[in-house]
Amino acid sequence: MAMSAPRGAPRPKGTAPVADWYTNFANSGFGTTLTKQLGLPRPAVLRRYEPGQPLLPGPVVIGSAGQGRLRDTVSAVLKDAGVTVLSPVAADGSTDGEKLGAVVLDATGLTSPGDLASAHDFLAPAIKRLRPSGRVLILADPPQDTDSPAQAAARQAIDGLVRSIGKELLNGSTANAVYVPEGAEASLASPLKFFLSGRSAYVDGQLLTLSPADVPTGEDAEKPLAGKVAVVTGAARGIGAAIAEVMARDGAHVVAVDIPAAGDSLAKVANEIGGTALQLDITAADAPQRLVEHLRERHGGVDVIVHNAGITRDKLLVNMDAARWNSVMAVNLQAQLDITQALLDDGDVLRPGARVVCVSSQSGIAGNRGQTNYAASKAGVIGMVRAWAPEFAKRDATINAVAPGFIITEMTAKMPLGTREVGSRINSLQQGGLPVDVAETIAWLSQPGSAGVNGQTVRVCGQSMLGA
Amino acid sequence: MADNSKPATRKAAIVGGNRIPFARSNSTYAQASNQDMLTATIDGLVARFGLQGAQVGEVVAGAVLKHARDFNLTREAVLGSKLDASTPAYDVQQACGTGLEAAILVANKIALGQIESGIAGGVDTTSDAPLAVGDDLRRILISLNSAKTLQDRLKAIAKIRPGMIAPEIPRNAEPRTGLAMGEHAQLTAHEWEIGREEQDELTVRSHQNMAAAYDRGFFDDLVTPFLGLSRDQNLRPDSSLEKLAKLKPVFGKALPEGAEATMTAGNSTPLTDGASAVLLASDEWAAEQGLPVLAHLVDAQTAAVDYVHGGEGLLMAPVYAVPKMLARNGLTLQDFDFYEIHEAFASTVLATMKAWEDPAYCKEKLGLDAPLGSIDRSKLNVYGSSLAAGHPFAATGGRIVASLAKTLHQAGPGKRGLISICAAGGQGVVAILES
Repeated sequence: MAMSAPRGAPRPKGTAPVADWYTNFANSGFGTTLTKQLGLPRPAVLRRYEPGQPLLPGPVVIGSAGQGRLRDTVSAVLKDAGVTVLSPVAADGSTDGEKLGAVVLDATGLTSPGDLASAHDFLAPAIKRLRPSGRVLILADPPQDTDSPAQAAARQAIDGLVRSIGKELLNGSTANAVYVPEGAEASLASPLKFFLSGRSAYVDGQLLTLSPADVPTGEDAEKPLAGKVAVVTGAARGIGAAIAEVMARDGAHVVAVDIPAAGDSLAKVANEIGGTALQLDITAADAPQRLVEHLRERHGGVDVIVHNAGITRDKLLVNMDAARWNSVMAVNLQAQLDITQALLDDGDVLRPGARVVCVSSQSGIAGNRGQTNYAASKAGVIGMVRAWAPEFAKRDATINAVAPGFIITEMTAKMPLGTREVGSRINSLQQGGLPVDVAETIAWLSQPGSAGVNGQTVRVCGQSMLGA
Repeated sequence: MADNSKPATRKAAIVGGNRIPFARSNSTYAQASNQDMLTATIDGLVARFGLQGAQVGEVVAGAVLKHARDFNLTREAVLGSKLDASTPAYDVQQACGTGLEAAILVANKIALGQIESGIAGGVDTTSDAPLAVGDDLRRILISLNSAKTLQDRLKAIAKIRPGMIAPEIPRNAEPRTGLAMGEHAQLTAHEWEIGREEQDELTVRSHQNMAAAYDRGFFDDLVTPFLGLSRDQNLRPDSSLEKLAKLKPVFGKALPEGAEATMTAGNSTPLTDGASAVLLASDEWAAEQGLPVLAHLVDAQTAAVDYVHGGEGLLMAPVYAVPKMLARNGLTLQDFDFYEIHEAFASTVLATMKAWEDPAYCKEKLGLDAPLGSIDRSKLNVYGSSLAAGHPFAATGGRIVASLAKTLHQAGPGKRGLISICAAGGQGVVAILES
């Protein structure tokens, strides 16, 4: 008997771009007037990815500072994606021409801080012409790859430059930077497209460092995960359910994992996206083995593991009992370590080119009062992916972390209004992110084309002020 | 016909199962209908095996207590589920044997090559039970409905008497004897001299086995939570002989003068709500879908006894069915690695085993030269049975088939399991599974 419905075909519910109430209000007629007059935050409705959407809603300009070895690569990738590439905007030119979808600065080949003047010359007029939800992306050499103090200074300057641009941009626009070492040029296409697209709506002020890698080509832009088997833990609700939905939308068969007690909603998620439900307590001693056996028996292997399952057991450190500490560590960190190790040890269940994406947290970077256990576990995740990256690289695989900031979920809906509003506004985009924003970032890291992103932690926080 | 060759048959594979936790009557599932529970159970199975939008050969299920509106219960559940709406379905009903009979029917069609895959299930609610009006009132209401004039209608209404208003509530009693099933079982327990303590021991073991199975994650891929319940509500991990000993007997009114009543609410199954489903298939279909084969359904048998006039116990029919099936397969009672004897009552399991051990009974009643002999108790109901889980009548067969298939699969290839289920009306349904 044939399966008559294609897997993952319908557009899943819950991924529609829905902003919070304040964003809705501030973008209404009366709300616009009022928030402007009172000088209140004016969060924009972010451009979020929808299947079939063009990469950018407007043309892109590419400029250079320094020698610039990436211009042709960038240009080719963007033209291939159907984006119009324009010449740099003249500093004294008109600002009312065609609005730009994105501004890309190739700052590779900087030799000294003096080279940065041309960065300023290029960026200032171009950014004036940026559309809402525009993108600024700066490409540079990694500062640590040079012995020259002047060169390192110029490269490191990009860090301060891009973070500041992120804070200055309005209307849902973002600024990010990618450090591209010599030899990693082929790795650039996937992050380039991600940062310019609506998939990175809530990723702002981030600096990503690429590695040289064997990057597969010929990926289906609409279904980059076609034919892949992806495990998502903690998939019964919230961010995990959104991850499962986006992975399925991108073509993956999703094995949705959650604790048996959440099996009811887990089954609904699996049925919604055409995936399968696996009820498993990931902290059980035999959980890694059971997962490996399940993947081998049912799918012959696995391509993507998303370690999303996480719990909070908040209490000030001085009042925290061992149970709170241990349970958070077991779910958030030890299970990720044990399952990943079991997959590596097994030999063949983890397919070549595998992707592991681990969910960390802003708390793991900035710390959070009452969350010593949680923050420790989430910081541990960052150390884990960094340490494992070289071994994964040997297998043409990658392991990365994603650190969500303030994401609007059922959990944050229960926070007191004041705490929630402050928490969601203290970032450059002046709004909380959505589960789909985290999911899009994870789905991007899972793509075969993201082979050159390894050992990185990508924050999905709208350039939060916490831990920045 | 010149061509007398038998059609080629094959053994149907058991791929897996799903059930919702069983709830005690008038509790968590009080507002859930049979259709709600069966649909949720099928959807859990669909999620487990990725059957969204898939057409399976047939879905066969049933309920013992059914509303008149549930005439097409299984088909309605299929239409409400994530299966392809073009999946055919039909209802069956064989009292407590319904679930296992459904699995046998699906397996037989697979064996004959008529279908490649199928789902067998069962559901029952004793909470959302149908109420009927008495025959007097029913006849008046029917004539009221067919009355053409106001006068005729008033005439009909005038015949209604207050005493007719009381509804008929379904009873757990045999229509031909008026005795509750428990009363029948108590008579059998007395006849076979089944003591209170051995019944309580079996009960404690059932609870302990099932609690341990839950704790080690055995049910992780067999049960999907429903309405906030993630384990069987009747399960008491802390059950003990001391606690059970304190319970008063609840049956025994039909016992002879001076005989001891031994059956309590502890060593009898409570009224329960729940549903179960099993996915069966040909080996080829399972392989095409990348699904496992846990075990095969090797053979099955039904039997019935004359408990009304024949002097046999109401729940003793499986005792007759098993030797027939063993003989056909050239097996002895000891040729099994696991035994699943449905715990309608602890005494039923004990009486069944005692009958198989009894040379006189085996010779006279079963027509055997030698008794079937005893079975190794450590192989009996190893992950608990109905005393712990509860017993939503039609759902028990599916629970047992899926759990036993998984147990056999875990034990390795070539392992054999025996299922024995007693049913109202003096019937029994038994089957052999093999990994």
